[in-house]
Amino acid sequence: MHNADDTDRRLLRHLQADPAQSTALLARRANVTEATASRRIERLRRRGILLAQQAVIDWRALGYEVEVSLRITLDKTNPRAFDEFTAAARAVPEVLEIQSFLGRVDMRLNVIARDMAHYQQIYRERILTLPHIADIEALMHIANIKRAEGLPL
Amino acid sequence: MIDLDDTDRAILRALGADATLSAGAVARHLGLSQPTAWRRIKRLTDGGAIAGQRLVLDQAALGFGVTVFLGVTLATKGRVSLEDFERAVIAIPEVQTVQHVLGLYDYRLRVVARDLPDFERVLRRRIMTLPGVGHVDANVLLSEERRPGPL
Repeated sequence: MHNADDTDRRLLRHLQADPAQSTALLARRANVTEATASRRIERLRRRGILLAQQAVIDWRALGYEVEVSLRITLDKTNPRAFDEFTAAARAVPEVLEIQSFLGRVDMRLNVIARDMAHYQQIYRERILTLPHIADIEALMHIANIKRAEGLPL
Repeated sequence: MIDLDDTDRAILRALGADATLSAGAVARHLGLSQPTAWRRIKRLTDGGAIAGQRLVLDQAALGFGVTVFLGVTLATKGRVSLEDFERAVIAIPEVQTVQHVLGLYDYRLRVVARDLPDFERVLRRRIMTLPGVGHVDANVLLSEERRPGPL
């Protein structure tokens, strides 16, 4: 596998700080020619290092006021617990993220809802009915202090 | 709050997968005219439904092999200690996200590191020395998938 060199990293660092910028601006900021910038970015895409460039949806602006992080311990006596739980969680539209962990929790679901009544309904009808749950804990999001998700390249 | 119809939802799904699509490409994909697609994308952006763009990178290929979620409980909870903690934590480059939460912890942090020894260095030198830090609980991320959401 070809690793990214210093120029690639510099381009990615500037691009992740402002993904919507033009190639011309990116090239100037990274101190390379425009042709180099576009060729390098294209190569990073082709190699699967730059996997995607996605629009970030602001769910609050769409009326989803509640965000909850659910930490779930699965019943590990069933070897299919992980796969069956994940498949069922994918079918719940309000689930934004599905993560698996090594540590105190097995799974985490990030769930959004319009308000607390809507959250109660999703929690009772769609979450508690997911298969193989042994224990569940909720963290209610109050505020996002930092949401950069950039890598320290 | 912005009201969405089915066409808006389809546009958000398309741009949520690939934000580099031009209005023309979105129009062709959804069978709209280009001016219609452009006008709708502009309304969604101006209305705040599209908050920006993010890059999805292969972290392992770039040398970041470990992602850890930390649950942090503060030792002392006054208004001042919250602000001190927040100011210091957002300045750590390895900390990708910081969420103020209600429940078992006070804050939830997403931290990237090159490997476990590098994570241990970040934890000891950067996290445990933050002002007001009490208990820290760590969970190593094994897999992750992002879903399109209720569109």
